Amino acid sequence: MTVDAQRARAYRFRPHVVEVERAQLVDFADATGQTDPVYLDVDAARAAGHPDLPVPPTFFYCLELGAPDALSHLSDLGVDLARLVHGEQAFRFHAPAHAGDRLALHTRIADVYEKAGGRLQLLVRETSFMREEALVAQSTTTLVLTGADA
Amino acid sequence: MSTRWPPGDALPPLEPGPIGRGTLAAFARASGDPNPIHLDPAFARRSGHPDVFAHGMLSMAYVARMITDIVDQADLRSLRVRFRAVTPLGASPRCTATVASTDGATAQLDLAVALPDGTVTITGSAVVALD
Repeated sequence: MTVDAQRARAYRFRPHVVEVERAQLVDFADATGQTDPVYLDVDAARAAGHPDLPVPPTFFYCLELGAPDALSHLSDLGVDLARLVHGEQAFRFHAPAHAGDRLALHTRIADVYEKAGGRLQLLVRETSFMREEALVAQSTTTLVLTGADA
Repeated sequence: MSTRWPPGDALPPLEPGPIGRGTLAAFARASGDPNPIHLDPAFARRSGHPDVFAHGMLSMAYVARMITDIVDQADLRSLRVRFRAVTPLGASPRCTATVASTDGATAQLDLAVALPDGTVTITGSAVVALD
């Protein structure tokens, strides 16, 4: 059972706009052992020149997880979640983002390919984070489907 | 900054301590990752693991924290990792970064996360703008 590559590339994700909340960023900072007050305390962030708490580098992935198609795109494409492994994750950062920003997520399946003689199938998902017309960050997730029948 | 960071120089490593169930529960909640393989021992065993294991994105968050402890986040241009092995419950990851090269405008860092038994759980790279 493998994913139809053509269908995956044509998959249309629903648009998703999210407002970054301070409380989410504080929870994330606490959960990752962050002690730098710039990431925890609005006054410290402002004193450091930020308009509000900064969005830490890997938090963009959490914003993706909040999108309505975060899981359903996989089931729609016939992915067996039990065989799914997060293989690689990359971010490119273009502009700082902060609590209070409204970010629009644009997601697509950028590539689907096979490795190990077809025993592994790789899905590459790309999300662009836009604030109005400005590109803030891009996230590239490589998902590995293991144990395909071959 | 290029004089501060000649190739081969290492950043201060980050050792966040052992990852327990409480850390995994907090990260699952804060990150919005509902995957029970990180929370439910019975589910993890049914999936062929001895117990729950840590989110790869938790280790990546530690790697990012190691970098932003030293570098203004606005100077971080890119961050990429490959997840190579799971981080078992109770393991203590050690995040390291080494300057691989500089070109005057940017420095490329080689990144790794390893466990005390030598297992490398993450390799990766980052590009940082130099002042």
